[in-house]
Amino acid sequence: MKRFFDAELETFRSDLVLMGETAIRQVRDAVKALVEADVGLADRVIAADDELDNLEIKIDNEAIRYMNLRAPIATELRLVIVGMKASHDLERVGDEATGIAKRAVRLAAEPPLKPYVDLPRMANMAVEMLRDALDCFLKGDTDKALAVIRRDKEVDTINKQLYRELTSFMIERPGTISRAIELMFISKSIERIADHATNIAEEMIYLAKGKDVRHDDSVKNG
Amino acid sequence: MSTATLPSTSRPTMTQTTTASAGAPALNPAYIQIKDFSFYYGAAKVLHGLSLDIPEQQVTAFIGPSGCGKSTLLRNLNRMNDLVDGIRHEGDILVNGHSIYDPLIEVIALRKRIGMVFQKSNPFPKSIYENVVYSLRVAGRNGKAELDEVVERSLKGAALWDEVKDRLHESAFGLSGGQMQRLCIARAIANRPEILLMDEPCSALDPIATAKVEELIHELKKEFTIVIVTHNMQQAARVSDRTAFFYLGKLIEYDVTTNIFQNPANAQTEAYVSGRFG
Ligand SMILES: Nc1ncnc2c1ncn2[C@@H]1O[C@H](COP(=O)(O)OP(=O)(O)OP(=O)(O)O)[C@@H](O)[C@H]1O
Ligand SMILES: [Mg+2]
Repeated sequence: MKRFFDAELETFRSDLVLMGETAIRQVRDAVKALVEADVGLADRVIAADDELDNLEIKIDNEAIRYMNLRAPIATELRLVIVGMKASHDLERVGDEATGIAKRAVRLAAEPPLKPYVDLPRMANMAVEMLRDALDCFLKGDTDKALAVIRRDKEVDTINKQLYRELTSFMIERPGTISRAIELMFISKSIERIADHATNIAEEMIYLAKGKDVRHDDSVKNG
Repeated sequence: MSTATLPSTSRPTMTQTTTASAGAPALNPAYIQIKDFSFYYGAAKVLHGLSLDIPEQQVTAFIGPSGCGKSTLLRNLNRMNDLVDGIRHEGDILVNGHSIYDPLIEVIALRKRIGMVFQKSNPFPKSIYENVVYSLRVAGRNGKAELDEVVERSLKGAALWDEVKDRLHESAFGLSGGQMQRLCIARAIANRPEILLMDEPCSALDPIATAKVEELIHELKKEFTIVIVTHNMQQAARVSDRTAFFYLGKLIEYDVTTNIFQNPANAQTEAYVSGRFG
């Protein structure tokens, strides 16, 4: 049975999808700006952060209005709650992307410390995780979301490797310190993006199954 | 003819296994056991082989679309339906381990132990005071001090005392619809029944009176086993410990209330509680 206010939920869902797509685009562009030393692209990423902030506010308002007027139950209740949480995670993803873009601007003024291989690889993983978490939202495929939660560890591992590598650069050549620190923060940002993707995946499993897997080690270790 | 009253000790343990999830409220022993119960109005079968256990000192909500048989089942629990012509049942209903269809049981005694609030308020054409003490007078209890005490306690319990304490001896028909419904609740609890059956008790009440009745239900479950029929999903979610969803005279899902409203197992239940049914 279709209800006259079902359109409200459709808007809510599509805003969340739009927010996910926008956050993914921001991360991709920020990392591309870093690798290609493209200051113009970095500036566009920084300017576009407003889009995510505004979407988060819009989603919150829609959720509050829906809860207030419709008192949702069961799947609808979970959708509204999960939508609010996921939009908060996506807004934070946007903040991390903006941070990466700002560092990309500063790094573009100097020669690269080393060829950027691990950072784009890590960023690709984080973006894939976001994409799969969103796919779970669109298609209800919780297997994909579970895989996201497990992949979080791989990103952590690369982050730690990079940390060690950059530390040895700094010890050997103090002239690299400022650039190495920027890269460390970027690596940390990407690791945080993967954490947010993991949160979103957990939220999507809750949405689909009504099951809270946040602190379930059997899920994380597979 | 000798009569038997139901023993109030030696309660049976809950037999039905449930899918209670982590964090679900503890399940009290079954106080009412409905066993493969079917019911007919003439040739029409309106309840189909229902089996469920209703725990004591908890609130159980019956929900489902209009005409699915909620009131019929409720009225069977105190054999109210006996008054209708051409009725027939199969299966059994046990209260505290004893069949309510035991020929030795006195129906009047059974109803005394089971208070009932109806879908439409039905005060007697008497004063407010006499409405509340009616069942006590029938039982031959006429002491003024006792009756005064019962009237005050019951009307306070039903959140009506302040509004009527100065007009206790006026006709109950002078009350508003919502006040009449609360009067019926006061009447139902006056005799301290073990079980309280409520059929949409708040359907004619404003939000404040509704909140009072819900608070009252919360209080009463310390003493009574309560079954409530409601069409208000938020109300069922707020007041009940367990919820049974019926459709076309069949029990579709029966579980801890939080499961029914947060993550129902059955697609029909989900559609109904979300208002997508039909
Ligand atoms: N006295 C009666 N004689 C014949 N049929 C009846 C009688 N009372 C109820 N029915 C029928 O039994 C079925 C169940 O009715 P019941 O009143 O139990 O439904 P309900 O779930 O309480 O509905 P509502 O939510 O509208 O109060 C309906 O089809 C109804 O028409
Ligand atoms: Mg009814």
